[in-house]
Amino acid sequence: MHGGPSTCDDAREMSETPTIPEAYPRMVRPMKGRLVAGVAQGAAAQLRLDPVVLRLAFVLLSVLDGLGVLAYAALWMFTPREQYEGEPPGRDWGQAAAYGALGMALTAFGWITGASTGGVGTWSIAVGGIGTLILWQQAEPGRRQRWMTDAVRQVRRSWIRTAIGLLLVVTGAIGFLAAQGKLAEARPGLVFTAVVVGGIALIAAPWLTGLWKELQKERRERIRQEERAEMAAHVHDSVLHTLTLIQRNSGDPFEVTRLARSQERELRNWLYQPKADADASMAAAVRRVAAEIEDEHGIPIEIVCVGDCDLDDGLRALLQAARQAMVNAAKYAEAPVISVYAEVEADEVTVFVRDRGKGFDMDDVPDDRMGIRQSIIGRMERHGGSARVKTGPGEGTEVMLTVKREQS
Amino acid sequence: MVKVLIVDDHRLFRSGVRAELGPQIEVVGEAEDVESAVTAIEALKPDVILLDVHMPGGGGQEVLRRVLGSGSQVRFLALSVSDAAEDVIGVIRGGARGYVTKTISGRELTDAIVRVSEGDAVFSPRLAGFVLDAFASTEAPSIDPELDSLTTREREVLRLIARGYAYKEIAKELFISVKTVETHVSSVLRKLQLSNRHELSRWATARRLV
Repeated sequence: MHGGPSTCDDAREMSETPTIPEAYPRMVRPMKGRLVAGVAQGAAAQLRLDPVVLRLAFVLLSVLDGLGVLAYAALWMFTPREQYEGEPPGRDWGQAAAYGALGMALTAFGWITGASTGGVGTWSIAVGGIGTLILWQQAEPGRRQRWMTDAVRQVRRSWIRTAIGLLLVVTGAIGFLAAQGKLAEARPGLVFTAVVVGGIALIAAPWLTGLWKELQKERRERIRQEERAEMAAHVHDSVLHTLTLIQRNSGDPFEVTRLARSQERELRNWLYQPKADADASMAAAVRRVAAEIEDEHGIPIEIVCVGDCDLDDGLRALLQAARQAMVNAAKYAEAPVISVYAEVEADEVTVFVRDRGKGFDMDDVPDDRMGIRQSIIGRMERHGGSARVKTGPGEGTEVMLTVKREQS
Repeated sequence: MVKVLIVDDHRLFRSGVRAELGPQIEVVGEAEDVESAVTAIEALKPDVILLDVHMPGGGGQEVLRRVLGSGSQVRFLALSVSDAAEDVIGVIRGGARGYVTKTISGRELTDAIVRVSEGDAVFSPRLAGFVLDAFASTEAPSIDPELDSLTTREREVLRLIARGYAYKEIAKELFISVKTVETHVSSVLRKLQLSNRHELSRWATARRLV
């Protein structure tokens, strides 16, 4: 998939929502009606509160040693933006200015009265509070299921690791300074640094957000382009190529049919089959074996698979035997089509290979014909399975192969 | 004579089907999208409609919804190139009495049309496989046990269809009459259409995302 695991995740979320509404929707930053980055609005929607309440809370907390700013910044980082197509709506700068003014007034009041210097206590609350906010953000029941997917798990893990790491570093630094008794001395410096950084951030903010928006837009565009390119590449590599080959071989009906059939099969797999590894999954392996025989012998094989499981040694033997049965049908049956049916049940796997061809008499098969006796029946018995051949002259042939599944 | 209307957005395909159908079939008309299909069904009163799944204007499911929704008893046989579980289960649950893929031979298609016109269901091996898979994979408690599970006999019949057996061969294999085979298949079709376990549709959708 393109666009990394996050797009993959999104796609899954989108396609699941119509049937099962998520009980605990993930917090997002809405684009519409946001003042800065939509954090307060998003959090308000999550907590079912008026955004004004949260905005005021952030302003008030900002006055207390800048806690609100920290919390806001952290939530900004950890909250995904709402999916939004098209030109983002503008902000209500008047309202934003009002909150800014309120914040500044409160800060001035705090500086003058000294009420805002809460001491070391506020910092621990800050660290704990922000940590909790992030955890609360991360913990959501649906998420755990998605953690099951390996790739996603990796990403989530590293997120959590980063968060925990940050938490430890900050706590450690504060602890160190506190133990040295330097916290009180260091604080004015820290506060000024924060003020300078904040000032620069404020000045650069419009430019940074513009850059960010550009990046997002470019990313969306790139994903679309990549999808289009993949589609085009696929059509070019396979379909156009086959069409050229068909024109070149137009005098050879066998080759034309074979090419068309092989292209059809390939396109169908690409469009409709769940992506699966033919070296690991039973259904995919059956499809691959059948595809190889189709290509070799130019006879269509209809495959129906019910259920799926991982391959084990018994199943690999079963596949070999099934392959031999398909080869026999393709070579000797003179049937227009071969049907293959594979069913995975809880304790065993069965494969049927059937043709409506001319059939044969089992007793007439010479002992040295390895195909049936050794490659099919013998192989299945060696692996604790069984093979049954049902045939007769003019009745077609059906080979039934069964093997017990290894219990993992 | 069975009166048939062919609904498909590919003109070449429509004329191909027309040429291949046996003498028991009379093609009374063609339609190329949802609108013209609905109008033609009203006007021509066919016995069976050969319905394509993907078409402009909402596809086969939209035709099913509009025609069957108005109380019509006309019978539909879905005919599509698509192998996707979503499409197959979708049109069957929309009310089609059968699903065959476009690779089917003219003779088999003629048989299928006659069968549908007589009120029986037509399952391709792949559809049978999907049904077995869908009914096996759901573990959630069922609301209506009669509708939400298959009987042993129905399972046997479906397995044989999936293995490529014709109804006559199934009858011989199970020592029952062809009529009984048809009854079992119709009963599976009814379950597939009426079972209100939404997992069926969800299973079909989820299958693409694995």
